Amino acid sequence: MTDILIVEDEPAILDSLSFILGRNGWTVASARDGDLALEAVRRLKPRMLLLDIMLPKKSGLDVLKAIRADPGMTKTAVVVLTARGQQYDRELAAELNADGFITKPYANTDVVAEVRRMLALHHA
Amino acid sequence: MLSPDFVILTGVAYVGLLFLIAWVSEQHAHSGYAHFLRSPAIYTLSISVYCTSWTFYGAVGTAARNGLEFLAIYMGPTIVFVGWWFMLRKLIHISHAQRITSVADFLSSRFGKSSRLAVLVTLIAVVSITPYIALQLKAITTSIQAVSVAKGGEDHLARLDELTLAFGVAVGMALFTILFGTRNVDAREQHPGVVAAIAFEAVVKLIALLAVGVFVVFGLGGGASDIFTKAVEAGLDIHEQQPLGSRWVAVLALSACAVICLPRQFQITVVENSNEDHLRTAGWAFPAYLLLMSIFTMPIAYYGLATMPEGSNPDMFVLTLPMSAGYDALALFAFIGGFSSATSMIIVASIALSIMVSNHVVLPLLLRGARFPEETGERGIARLMLRARRVSIAVMLLLGFLYFWFAKDSDALAPIGLISFAGVAQFLPALLAALYWRHATVQGAFYGTLLGFFVWAWTLFMPSFETTSPAIAVLMEHGPWGITSLRPEAMFGLTDIDPLVHSVFWSLLVNVSVLVVVSMSTSQEAMERIQATLFVDAFQRRASMQPHIARGSVTTGDLFLVAERVLGWKQATALFEASGIDRGPSNGDADVPPDFITKLEKELAGSIGSASAHILLTTVVAKDSISLEEVMRMADETQQAIEYSHELEEKSRELRIAAQQLQEANAKLQELHRQKDDFLSQVSHEIRTPMTSIRSFSEILMTEQDLSPEQIDRFISTIHNESVRLTRLIEEILDLSALEHGERNWENAPSNGEAVLDRSIAVCEALARRRMISIELGARVCCGWVLADAGRLSQVFINIIANAISHNDASDPRVHVTSFIENGCYIVEISDNGSGINEAYRESIFDKFVRAGSSVQSGAGVGLGLGLNISYRIVERLGGTLSLVKGRLNGACFRVSLPLHAQCEHVQALRS
Repeated sequence: MTDILIVEDEPAILDSLSFILGRNGWTVASARDGDLALEAVRRLKPRMLLLDIMLPKKSGLDVLKAIRADPGMTKTAVVVLTARGQQYDRELAAELNADGFITKPYANTDVVAEVRRMLALHHA
Repeated sequence: MLSPDFVILTGVAYVGLLFLIAWVSEQHAHSGYAHFLRSPAIYTLSISVYCTSWTFYGAVGTAARNGLEFLAIYMGPTIVFVGWWFMLRKLIHISHAQRITSVADFLSSRFGKSSRLAVLVTLIAVVSITPYIALQLKAITTSIQAVSVAKGGEDHLARLDELTLAFGVAVGMALFTILFGTRNVDAREQHPGVVAAIAFEAVVKLIALLAVGVFVVFGLGGGASDIFTKAVEAGLDIHEQQPLGSRWVAVLALSACAVICLPRQFQITVVENSNEDHLRTAGWAFPAYLLLMSIFTMPIAYYGLATMPEGSNPDMFVLTLPMSAGYDALALFAFIGGFSSATSMIIVASIALSIMVSNHVVLPLLLRGARFPEETGERGIARLMLRARRVSIAVMLLLGFLYFWFAKDSDALAPIGLISFAGVAQFLPALLAALYWRHATVQGAFYGTLLGFFVWAWTLFMPSFETTSPAIAVLMEHGPWGITSLRPEAMFGLTDIDPLVHSVFWSLLVNVSVLVVVSMSTSQEAMERIQATLFVDAFQRRASMQPHIARGSVTTGDLFLVAERVLGWKQATALFEASGIDRGPSNGDADVPPDFITKLEKELAGSIGSASAHILLTTVVAKDSISLEEVMRMADETQQAIEYSHELEEKSRELRIAAQQLQEANAKLQELHRQKDDFLSQVSHEIRTPMTSIRSFSEILMTEQDLSPEQIDRFISTIHNESVRLTRLIEEILDLSALEHGERNWENAPSNGEAVLDRSIAVCEALARRRMISIELGARVCCGWVLADAGRLSQVFINIIANAISHNDASDPRVHVTSFIENGCYIVEISDNGSGINEAYRESIFDKFVRAGSSVQSGAGVGLGLGLNISYRIVERLGGTLSLVKGRLNGACFRVSLPLHAQCEHVQALRS
């Protein structure tokens, strides 16, 4: 059972997130672009996603939209990661029912806290 | 029994009666009891001045010689009054509005108040009417002789020969007409007294002819059918006539023209008309009058031919038939009828002609000679006019007598009348053009009428002297200088045709053709154009359109002087007072409103014709020759107004353009603003991404205690790489900014592109080796001299080659570099065998922050999306192009194209 799917095209960020979350005992998988992300979500059925917005092939927002439109994945929590941090991105994510929103760069503890909160909320 | 003396005295007494009628009518007209005189009945009867002695006596003669031809003389006017009623109405309407005094005045006024045209028309009218007057003299003379022949030569007067008799009649008629028609110069050239007398004469001649007709048909002939039977028994072929031959048509057309164009008809129908509506009555009553006049013509002719001795003059049947039957009283009545016909024609014709001569010939001559200022005193000009008219009446009758003398051997009455008709018919084309053709010009009207007149004179007028002059007879036989095609009665081979038809055909053809052609090839002057509009659109426009004489420095005093000379003190005062013009000495040099000058001109035109009135007023008004300056100044002001308006238009156009430019600039600024926001957003992203890794890994290194040395090594290495990436990003942004602002100092110098390319490849070798990629070198030129900053050019090459290396996703990645010269350009192509640039990015690949979606892992050496944009700008600044082309490998292929440096070209040529 995969706890968290990290969707991120920057290898260094993916590396750091995998390390942090792995150290906290969660099972982590990763995808490098939008298409691979959707494929992985359907295959692995993770409990939650850490989803970057600026992705090759399919943007993070499109991935979010597809997940929300899929009745089989209503329980999947999605936390959006953005490096642009513009109000516009935040509003768009809220509109698409993202469960959380983290702006890069972040403190590692914040990410862990957010993931813990999400997993607790969606435990049931 | 009738004696010639008695007949002549009866005639004189009859003239006395006419004078009395005219005098009484005139008095009534002036005292205001003019109701009856201005009735449609009087108007219609006066129009019958058309029926002269030629129709009274001559119709029977024509019927006896040419059968039904005489009917055409009556049918032409009938067609005009019934069918062309609208045209007559327009003619009258215009003439009232413009105070037209004659047919010459009408044409002159329409064609720009042209004096030249007025003189021509007057001249033609005089020449044409001369035979007609001669015809009346002949009719009176012959009728007196007809009486005296029957009586024998006992009396004194009867022994007079034909010429003396005719001269006597001419002198008598001249005196009578002068007394009658030139008692004063009426403001409107209307003669109610004369009209009343003419109407009385119309009744007399109709009753006389009807009385003779009834007497002949029912008293002598025993009914119309008996007469025709008797005629057939006497060997007359009454069925042989061809009424619709070409001659018949010609006569019909001529009589139709004549009833409009004959000066006396114009005078009565148009000038003397007091109410346009009278035309409604005349429209049916005049044709009815003509029908009554013609009803007994045929029976009288046939009865005369059947019963009178061989050689009797059929022209005198109306007179001789009652005499031969012993009815002297009826014969005397018939004589009075014929006499009425002749006198009415002579009176009206000579009045009409004298008006034309005095207004259009005499007065303009006097004005040209500037003699009128000496002719001082009240109505000075009017008195002058009267004198001119009296003289011209006398001259007209003298001319008539002379023609009678020269053409006395010509046998019949009718041919002479037709000569006149054909002459005045030359006015018709110009007259119709005046009414209906806006673009007819004075040149067209003048030359059309002139040449038509020449043709008429050559083909019809001159031949009427054939019997008198042997020279003319020779001319008619052989043509001038032996040119047979110019023979007067056989022009251009048109032989075997009735001389009348021949003349009418050629003269009107020439007239109309010249009128049309010349009008179309000349242009109208301002006055002409205005008058043309007033005439052609007579029912659409109001008279306020009337053109003004340009305002000069004329004073009311000057104007009054002119008005008084023409109109008389009383009338001039009334006119000035009615218009509220104070002509007192205190106000003597006040400005006169232009519309008053126009009004005065019209008033004067009623007395002396429009052309003369125009000239007269122009000479007074423009005495200080200021009017031209005035006109020029007005034109200047107008021009300035137009220019100012143009300026305003230009300004408004400029404002509009400026507003549009501002709008465009604003849109551009907004676009730039949006681009800046986008750029900042992109830069933010590009900075936050490495920052995220650096922060994250440093936190891990700070907080985690049990990391393996390999992990620590990796994390620190990542932090380092991302820091380098950040540094490069900042360098690129600054570089781009410098490029965009053009602040950077460029050291453009002739550089060998090949050397730069070699150095760039060497720099990239390390990266290539790390990525296990081989840089293949294809065909190369020996050197490619370009004018460039070598450092910048190197930056471009390195950027492209590095991209080709780092974005290459092939299993055996290769990069190919080649260079060549083409069309004066040094070209470098760098291609790879990767998956190439996605179609979606081909357009925007050179924009900022566009990365063509390579799936290759990005790392420290990967461009941040600004590199290609920077390269593009650099190449652009070097005067070259950076483009994406189809290369020799499957992947992307970038082409750098730079113009060869001119100074190095020959070196280039030597080396290659």
